[in-house]
Amino acid sequence: MAMSFEQTGAGEWRLDVKGYTCPHPQMYTKKAMQKIASGDVLTLVFDNPSSGESILSMCDSDGNDIIERDELDGNFVWKIRKA
Amino acid sequence: MSVNAGVVQGSGWLEQHRSKLYSAGILLAVVLGSIWALSIDSRFLYLLVYVWFGVTYGVLLQYGRFCMAAAVRDLFAVRVPRMAVGMMIAVGLYSLVASVVTLSGFSSFHPNALGWHILIGGLIFGFGFVFTGGCASGSLYKAGEGNLNSVLVIFSISFSQALVVTSGGWLDSFAPASWAESALTKGMPEELTVTQGWFDLFTAGYVWDLKGATLADMLGMGESTFGILFFNTFVNALLPVMIILVALYVFYARKGYLRKSGKTNPTFADELAGIWAMCTSSRNTALAGIGLGIFAGLHMWVTGVLREHYGIFNFGEMLSAMGYEQGLSIQGTVFDPGYWYITTQEAQWGGWVMDKLGIDMMDSIFFGLDNGLPNPLLNAPGFMSIGIILGAAILALARREFKWKIPTLETATFAILGGIFMGIGARLAMGCNIGAFFATVTNGDPSGWIFLLGMVGGGYVGVKVFTRWMDWKMAREGGCDL
Repeated sequence: MAMSFEQTGAGEWRLDVKGYTCPHPQMYTKKAMQKIASGDVLTLVFDNPSSGESILSMCDSDGNDIIERDELDGNFVWKIRKA
Repeated sequence: MSVNAGVVQGSGWLEQHRSKLYSAGILLAVVLGSIWALSIDSRFLYLLVYVWFGVTYGVLLQYGRFCMAAAVRDLFAVRVPRMAVGMMIAVGLYSLVASVVTLSGFSSFHPNALGWHILIGGLIFGFGFVFTGGCASGSLYKAGEGNLNSVLVIFSISFSQALVVTSGGWLDSFAPASWAESALTKGMPEELTVTQGWFDLFTAGYVWDLKGATLADMLGMGESTFGILFFNTFVNALLPVMIILVALYVFYARKGYLRKSGKTNPTFADELAGIWAMCTSSRNTALAGIGLGIFAGLHMWVTGVLREHYGIFNFGEMLSAMGYEQGLSIQGTVFDPGYWYITTQEAQWGGWVMDKLGIDMMDSIFFGLDNGLPNPLLNAPGFMSIGIILGAAILALARREFKWKIPTLETATFAILGGIFMGIGARLAMGCNIGAFFATVTNGDPSGWIFLLGMVGGGYVGVKVFTRWMDWKMAREGGCDL
């Protein structure tokens, strides 16, 4: 298991932090959001439910939109558009 | 935003409902286990109160992703006040219920001794929980979500505490001579060899010489309704909660709120609306905080009522009357706080295993005099911890969020090392974020705020070290432009 962060298209990024527990997912997400440009979309893949609540708050506070959430059997795939 | 949760296209009924069936199965097992225990002896009701409050805590913790480590860590790591706000809501509610319980005469609360050990213990504990990813209760509920890293944390906290409280040998040289002199004056039974063992010297020669009291007690008003309501509840709990909420708003939430609401010249009413928005922004965490605050208070009340009903002061008396003498302390007691507590029963788990391996653990004040080493099947607070794991598993499975998470070398190392720090910190401070903070500040004991201060300091340093580790790791591994 290793964290991966890559550009998947124009203005599209993917951060995979599956297998990681707090505080890794939210800290990697914060770094990724700082890295991408305004209007870019980050697809975030994680499997630590607790991190989700903190990431929600982080997005709310920074004004970033969570445009899609797929959640099943402890796997979370969220798409976040940077403000 | 579209949310797709818990739907598997084209799969069968069993696949769709497997998780919920497991959830119902665990709940049924707890119910059947409770009936079985009562059929053996109806007095096991006392132990079952711990079990079911534990299950309730587990459900609420999982529902609100309620972890006090996040309250401190996420402030510094990602500037998110969500959990700190939830923690303050829980403190406020618990303090209100606790005041009613105290006034009704059913409080089982004992203040902690006030001294430097609380600050240092909090610092070490707070540093550790950044690396474990959860506080003492948080690790239990995350274990219920299938997180095996958290299981490692629980093992680490358990055994590190058992080792700390029975520590001796070369460590004794770090105990000031005054501790040994003071310990000798306490008239302890010879079998405890109280002048041998660092932690025994620390306990008998230092902690017992300190005073612990509620704020109302300190002011000579511990028995009066006014003293309890005004000093213990308002001054010691509600006022600090309000101050901390305002500080969280000013430093972490105000800027974002004003931007979103488009207020450029906010009035006082706007600021109040902003504080309210901060408190309600994470609905689940806020609701969990309310629930935990109320149930934590009720727990104390129910145990108090049962103690009066059975005419006991400690569960050890009941165990003895039921014919279970093994594992009781010299005083015939076992650890039985009567309210939400975590780390001491985990220390007992570790101590019990070590005792079974042939290591003399009862030659210590912690086990031999105070808490005993009961069989885990008869450890009432231990069942509260197990209840938290089961309660969290019930909800995580019902929400289809349960997932086995296998540790890697990195996460396992953090879990074990962080757990050791938490274990050492908890024993020095005589409790964790629940026993040394949550249960204390809500019952009028100001020592909990000192523990929080230490926990915040330790958490800040922990986040700095953790961030450096992440940066170093990413730079070393390369291939990841983050």
